[in-house]
Amino acid sequence: MSQDVMKHPGLNLGPAHGSDDDAAQGMIFGFWVFLMSDAILFGMVFATYVTSLSTHALAGGPGPHDLYNIKSVFIETLLLLASSFTFGMASLALKYKHGKARLVGWMLVTLVLGLGFLGFELHDIFGMFAKGGVPSRSGFLSAFFDLVPLHGLHVTAGCVWLICLVGQIARYGLDTKTKLGIMRLALFWHFLDIIWIAIFTVVYLGGLA
Amino acid sequence: MNAQLDGVDEPADRKREERREFHSYVCGIGLALLLTVVPFALVHWFPAIPRFSLLILIGAFALVQMLVHFRFFLHIGFKQKREDLQLLLFSGLLLTIMVGGTIWIMASLALRMAMPGQP
Amino acid sequence: MSIVADSGGPFLGRLSLHSLPFWDMLQHPTMSNIINGIIATGAASLVVIGALVVIALLTKYKLWRPLWSDWVTSTDHKKIGIMYIVIALVMLTRALIEAVLMRAQQAVGLHGGFLSPDHFAQLFSTHGTIMIFFMAMPFLTGVINYVMPMQIGARDVSFPVLNSISLGLTAAGAALVMVSLVIGKFSTGGWFGYPPYTEATFSPGVGPDYWIWALSLAGLASTLTGINFAVTIYKERAPGMKLMRMPLFTWTALCTAILMIFAMPPLTVATSQLALDRYLGFHYFTNALGGNMMNFANLFWLFGHPEVYILILPAFGVYSEVIATFSGKALFGYRSLVMATMAIAILSFTVWLHHFFTMGQNANINAVFGIASMLIGIPTGVKIYDWMLTMFRGRVRFTTPMVYSIGFILLFVLGGMSGILLANPTIDYQVHNTVFLVAHFHNVAVPGVLFGMLTAYHFWFPKAFGFRLNERWGIISALCWIFGFMGAFFPLYALGIMGLPRRTVAYAQARYVPLEWVAFLGALLLLAALLALLWQLWISIRDRDANRVFVGDPWDGRSLEWSNSAPPPEYNFAVIPSVQGRDAFTMAKENHSAYERPDTYKDIELPKNSAMGLVIAALGFALAFGLVWHIWWLVIAALLAVIASMIVRGFARDTTRLVSAQEVRREHHRWIDAVAAATAVSRANECKTVNVGLAQHQANGVVP
Repeated sequence: MSQDVMKHPGLNLGPAHGSDDDAAQGMIFGFWVFLMSDAILFGMVFATYVTSLSTHALAGGPGPHDLYNIKSVFIETLLLLASSFTFGMASLALKYKHGKARLVGWMLVTLVLGLGFLGFELHDIFGMFAKGGVPSRSGFLSAFFDLVPLHGLHVTAGCVWLICLVGQIARYGLDTKTKLGIMRLALFWHFLDIIWIAIFTVVYLGGLA
Repeated sequence: MNAQLDGVDEPADRKREERREFHSYVCGIGLALLLTVVPFALVHWFPAIPRFSLLILIGAFALVQMLVHFRFFLHIGFKQKREDLQLLLFSGLLLTIMVGGTIWIMASLALRMAMPGQP
Repeated sequence: MSIVADSGGPFLGRLSLHSLPFWDMLQHPTMSNIINGIIATGAASLVVIGALVVIALLTKYKLWRPLWSDWVTSTDHKKIGIMYIVIALVMLTRALIEAVLMRAQQAVGLHGGFLSPDHFAQLFSTHGTIMIFFMAMPFLTGVINYVMPMQIGARDVSFPVLNSISLGLTAAGAALVMVSLVIGKFSTGGWFGYPPYTEATFSPGVGPDYWIWALSLAGLASTLTGINFAVTIYKERAPGMKLMRMPLFTWTALCTAILMIFAMPPLTVATSQLALDRYLGFHYFTNALGGNMMNFANLFWLFGHPEVYILILPAFGVYSEVIATFSGKALFGYRSLVMATMAIAILSFTVWLHHFFTMGQNANINAVFGIASMLIGIPTGVKIYDWMLTMFRGRVRFTTPMVYSIGFILLFVLGGMSGILLANPTIDYQVHNTVFLVAHFHNVAVPGVLFGMLTAYHFWFPKAFGFRLNERWGIISALCWIFGFMGAFFPLYALGIMGLPRRTVAYAQARYVPLEWVAFLGALLLLAALLALLWQLWISIRDRDANRVFVGDPWDGRSLEWSNSAPPPEYNFAVIPSVQGRDAFTMAKENHSAYERPDTYKDIELPKNSAMGLVIAALGFALAFGLVWHIWWLVIAALLAVIASMIVRGFARDTTRLVSAQEVRREHHRWIDAVAAATAVSRANECKTVNVGLAQHQANGVVP
């Protein structure tokens, strides 16, 4: 049978990885704690956004119906969902030792999807700018430009981290530190996907409904 | 370490576990897609639904989708260590208190300061 | 010349000769400008001269290399803890001088006084900011850093390099506040910097920017520290150290760490949104275009209230350890104290609104938060009774830590009572924004947090440095703190009810004057207390050889941090202890299993030194300084360098080193030999030079 109690939340490396699995326990737990702290950060930014949905905060400027583009958001959502799945495949490749090539391959696919997401998001933002939806226009737009780009910045950080990890794999192979790095990035990536669910629901669908 | 003595390390078991985990990801992406497409469709093609019902509906879809992600992508189940589960539940509790409290307070202020909500 | 004076251009941003504290005085020599200019210049000179003296001394005694290799690059939790406390003491000195200056101004503040309103506003803003973020926080972080890993039988915290980075970020924040004395002016917006006053429209200068970035650095440091402590307590405990066997100080450290993790994000959001308003013209909290300043109050206190429990909980832990130790008894009601600590930690997230009862939300909301605030009184009351019952029928020894602890219990109850009053919205409406409130929060912060940290300092100093502090001056200082506090703050309760608003530079009612003078004399006594503390440190260092406690257990301690030498080896324990129950070291002493020579020793793996903390400190400071003064090239360069250094660190391998088993054996045997040669001392003699750190066995509460 598989392990009775998981060493930490998320995909466990399992006993086949020996001491790496033990090393993961504290490190991954710590990263979860960080993620939860980050979740509170996002929660407060969400709260700011929701409390900025008033005519007072709109201040006569453009609102959700003027600015949001549902098709683009749908594509972004699909890209991010797909990237979560491909990172899952990378995690399995790491856990079941399918070799570096397959692991790096899945990671690079994830990277491409992540960059695609960022590209569409930037495109959206510039589209909003063109329609006069700049952050200094109103309290509502300020709140929007705190929330969505904050998520975008996280994705960007994730992409940079991913590239660094590929570099570490190339330099050191799959040693303990690289493995733990990939596992943490996987959690980070899936976590950002969950934040995005809240964003497309609260911000985009909620705004357009 | 003798891998043969350790039941988990037997290739057949490992293969089975791998298949199970692969299926978990496939299941997850399938459900996630479904739970994404439906609310988008509702908002895009059914503007006739009253706004309040629509918001409740897409909110419910989002909550379920988050649970799906936690279950299938982040592998959160009931086999966690106590401290891990405590961490997640405590974070959820605080998020509810902080976000809910903020919205409650600010909505009351907006009402009393005559800052009307979205028309 | 005039161009230089007006603006630094692209290279220096907003930096110019106007930024110097004496420039105004020279340009416009009015009486008021001259007095305020002299005070500001004097303060700036103190900072500069202080820095120069430190540099000169380091050079003279050739201490740069030890400073580098033994301290700033060290990843040892004990060294990091001590450095935190050094920062705290330096900042305490500055903020206390500011407090005395404010009391002096108010004593003569009838229709005027000697400080300008702007200068006075800077004083209360820096005083509050420093006392919370750069005195109390570093102090408690330092104490937890030093003590907690040893209490749970660990070799270090979970992430030693991260620990060093946290220290670096805190130091960078503190340095930024210090630099604001020399270059430019600090915020005049109070320690919580409410907009719209702190928005660019009303405060166009650099003040709020200094405040924002100093808080950002400190806040980030605290978040990382919280994560580090929580993971350490969950994952690094020695075998047998179950959660309900942990010393109470470790319990409070855990709850504080959890509060840090979850309470810092709202502060980060609030300050970063204020920064976006000021730098990029966003409208979160502005008056115009849909901003809502009430959002800031809400976000800030979502952080601010848990923050006060971040401060007080470790102090509660310290008192629990000290009262049990100096009563010679096991802590009364351990389980109830743990439950009370957890209850306080959770309740602290449900009361933030009581900081703005008068903002205008409806009465139901005020009632809910008022009741929640009063509820916190229950677990706190439980604690007070537990401490008193711990002393009951114990043989209480009135050492310095115990004097502080008893002063704490008496005074803190009063502060708690005035807190219960303020938790009632109807009363709060009457006295809010008066000095009654100032009296209340100082009444919990000074006897609670500050006394708690000073207690910790006296209690664990012999462990950290291997010699006891002078007892006589310790008690003099403690009494000065206690009576100085009463003198300085009890009058403010009365003044508040008489209607004196807080943060007033001058007032028009003559009836305030007598009590203002009492408060000023109290403040002078507090300054005397600080001087006595520094004098005590000086003579204790002078007489250190007579007061050595190398064996390591000067107070007949109960938990594991007393079970090794003083100072402890860098790996804390030659062999990781195995824990059988609560009060692990007392049990070991009773079973005669303390001070053993193990049969075998193993190599011990320790983290290597790392310059990462120092690098992040320097870059963090440069980044913040550039942002304050709009020196954009510096901002970009520092930001890129931060990212680059993190990437490079990611590629670092080989980050640990081994201490060989022989070395561990040699060091351990040297200590055990000293234990064998030592004479055990009875509690009656613990403050005499015969105390070398070996305690005579005593049954519960009985002194042989």
